[in-house]
Amino acid sequence: MKEDIEVLDTFPKLLMHHARVRGERPAIREKDLGIWQTWTWKEFAAEVGALACALAAEGVKRGDHFALVCDNRPRLYAIMAAVQCLGGIPVPLYQDAVATEMAFPIQNASIAVAFAEDQEQVDKLLEILPQCPSLRRIVYDDPRGMRHYRQPQLMDYGALLEAGREALKKDPEFVEREVALGKGSDTAAMFFTSGTTGVPKGVVHTHASLIGPSRTAAELEGLGERDVILAYLPPAWIGQNIFSCAQAYVTGYCIACPESSETVMTDMREIAPTYYFAPPRVLENLLTQVSIRMEDASRVKRWLYRRFMDIAQRVGGALLDGKPVSIVDRALYNLGDLVVYGPLRNVLGMSRVKVGYTAGEAIGPDLFKFYRSIGINLKQLYGSTETAVFVCIQPDGQVKSDTVGPAVPGVELRFTPERELVVRGPGLFREYYKNPQATAQVKDNDGWFHTGDAGYFDADGHVKIIDRVKDVGSLADGTLFAPKYLENKLKFFPYIREAVCFGHGRERVCAFINIDPDAVGNWAERRHMPYSGYTDLASRPEVYDLVRECIEKVNADLAAEPAIANSQIHRFLILHKELDADDGELTRTRKVRRGFIAEKYAGLVEALYGKDASVHVEAQVKYEDGRSGTYSADLRISDARTFAPAAAQRAA
Amino acid sequence: MSVLLSVENVSLGFGGVRALQEVSFDVLEHEIRAIIGPNGAGKSSMLNVLNGVYHPQQGRIRFKEKTFADMDPHEAAALGIARTFQNIALFKGMSVLDNIMAGRNLKMRCNFLQQAMWVGAARREELQHRRAVEEIIDFLEIEHIRKTPVGRLPYGLQKRVELGRALAAEPVLLLLDEPMAGMNLEEKQDMCRFILDVKDHYGTTIVLIEHDMGVVMDISNRVVVLDYGRKIADGTPDAVRLDPKVMDAYLGVAHA
Repeated sequence: MKEDIEVLDTFPKLLMHHARVRGERPAIREKDLGIWQTWTWKEFAAEVGALACALAAEGVKRGDHFALVCDNRPRLYAIMAAVQCLGGIPVPLYQDAVATEMAFPIQNASIAVAFAEDQEQVDKLLEILPQCPSLRRIVYDDPRGMRHYRQPQLMDYGALLEAGREALKKDPEFVEREVALGKGSDTAAMFFTSGTTGVPKGVVHTHASLIGPSRTAAELEGLGERDVILAYLPPAWIGQNIFSCAQAYVTGYCIACPESSETVMTDMREIAPTYYFAPPRVLENLLTQVSIRMEDASRVKRWLYRRFMDIAQRVGGALLDGKPVSIVDRALYNLGDLVVYGPLRNVLGMSRVKVGYTAGEAIGPDLFKFYRSIGINLKQLYGSTETAVFVCIQPDGQVKSDTVGPAVPGVELRFTPERELVVRGPGLFREYYKNPQATAQVKDNDGWFHTGDAGYFDADGHVKIIDRVKDVGSLADGTLFAPKYLENKLKFFPYIREAVCFGHGRERVCAFINIDPDAVGNWAERRHMPYSGYTDLASRPEVYDLVRECIEKVNADLAAEPAIANSQIHRFLILHKELDADDGELTRTRKVRRGFIAEKYAGLVEALYGKDASVHVEAQVKYEDGRSGTYSADLRISDARTFAPAAAQRAA
Repeated sequence: MSVLLSVENVSLGFGGVRALQEVSFDVLEHEIRAIIGPNGAGKSSMLNVLNGVYHPQQGRIRFKEKTFADMDPHEAAALGIARTFQNIALFKGMSVLDNIMAGRNLKMRCNFLQQAMWVGAARREELQHRRAVEEIIDFLEIEHIRKTPVGRLPYGLQKRVELGRALAAEPVLLLLDEPMAGMNLEEKQDMCRFILDVKDHYGTTIVLIEHDMGVVMDISNRVVVLDYGRKIADGTPDAVRLDPKVMDAYLGVAHA
């Protein structure tokens, strides 16, 4: 096996290897016309070979970039592999990007050939054709609706495959020759970062930088050819590529492609993957669905669910971590597994999940514990496009809800004096494409990559990420102030939709709160509290009490963490309106624009730091139908209890 | 293009109400033909005559070179005429899959006993029909609700399922009674796309009744306008739009 690793240094070589040693094992599955269709490694490699031949005839050469705009489908992965066989560089693009956003990557990398899933994507590419003179061939997968298209650039996947098969007959050795030319240091793929600031940057990864970390992580988790993953996140995101491509090539496991993006829940239940990744918002949606269905269940079932979930909350996590649990609790948990947790895992499609990851944003501790308590080995990891995902992984038995775990073997980590996390390891990207300036900004001469994330090591040496470096400030006394960290902690409460914390350069921390109208509305209804709308609800003293309780819980939590104990929230107010992207208060991805809000509501911020128990607001309100009016009222300002830091308590 | 269906001098009355009076028009193969008109103009009656629910007192219908004084619903279906209904007529308690499968009824040859035993021919037949149904499900992009009971679906999706059931009969002529009624803009756009795709992909000829003028003008090749049971205009959307009689009918000029 050792020599294999050295010889099999590129994805095409790995593919051919699997076709030889596990040719009859499933490589990729897709549900088509209601039936799961399977391609074995042998069949998959044969299709890839034919495609490579045809693409070579279309002029794809070593080092050429190749755009792909397609959902997770076997044909996407086949084309991608075919391009890599020829030494080309696949550049997956987000399918939901608008046409103009696709123009930049295509121009930037002078892409000549592209693969599009269907009419919708073809239309976008045709739209930008005038700005992208390099693009001369568009291969499409689904011919539906394409009957009247006459553009000479267009070519059907079926036709391409057929041409490839013919060409392969004439020169059967072609693919092997091409594959043999590749080496680990060649560029394997390029991923464009979403580019919230400025133009998107193409992150260049080599075969080595993708294969190395994939193999380390797979060995860490004991993944093998019998594992299955459901590929349901956008292929343009590096994580999807690592989980449904790189690691599949490394271990020989099977990738399952859902029938459509709406059927993921059902497909997941049918396939029952053993390896799973989900960002927190997906996990949250799943939990919401479960909760809603439980509300509708019969009384007996609800009672059972509540009882056993209490037990799971108490001992489930400990059992998963292999910690000692009393015999009685163990027996109760096993009973619960029979009547509640097992069926629940089955409904979620997670009966067979050996290891599940979540990453991308902070995950609420209750949400995280829920999955772990019902016996799903959900863990956090940390990484980015530039690091080929795997920087930190929580090892089995050392899982915590507020850290991302220690470094993966082979990866070096340290924090700069500005608390920025810097990383060095085998998975680091080579460069930003045609952008040495940006590369130099994040990657220094010694090969350290600056993540832009601020954090620290906790007592067990686990990395704790608190915020982006540029957002981290300090209080007047010089202690750390990480607004996003506080806001996330607040937002984990269902009653709080948004929070904006202030404190940089000030004595203490204060906050704006947006309540969640649905959750608080529900709460009010259960108390028979009539209200007219958000604004009315937000001004109720009862609601203020509700929010204060949440804030005080956060304060108690913060008191236990010496590094940020001073960031406890002293005063808060509930905003009279919901923060809205249309008013520029949130970004389109619903992140609060703290600076803008601080300026717009400067009067309110000053009042928070004043002594009055209320502040008068007068605001322009824009209604949905375009009319606008004014709103004026007195906003209540409330104090919240703070706690002495844990260290001080212990000393006292 | 040859004439697929022609309606000649059809009159239909219910007691004193004269729903249709000497209406004549034709439908060409592979066209989308719209029937429009104000409320009570006789549009649905016309559709019901075409698929044999109502029997006209006068006039005749020619369909695929054959002439009929009236149609019988069963006969119409066997000849390849399928329809959808204004107020959705699906089996609410059955899944989407089963509803569409019901549309294959006329194509099934095995008897009840064979189907119950699930042997030989019945099994092959079921597989073949299931495949046809799955192709329709794929075509209409309703994979995610395949197993959902129809009664639980939103209105727009139910309309789509009904279209699916009509398509399952592999019709030559598809009659759509207000396919877009009660839909929001997005659902309407989707439905328009499906109707155009049906014509394109299956080559089906379509006769549709619709109230949304924008939709009618956008997707139909030719339009018949009815008012008080009489045909008042017939032609391309542009020609019909500018017809003074049509404007009168819609804007409500006093009828003598």
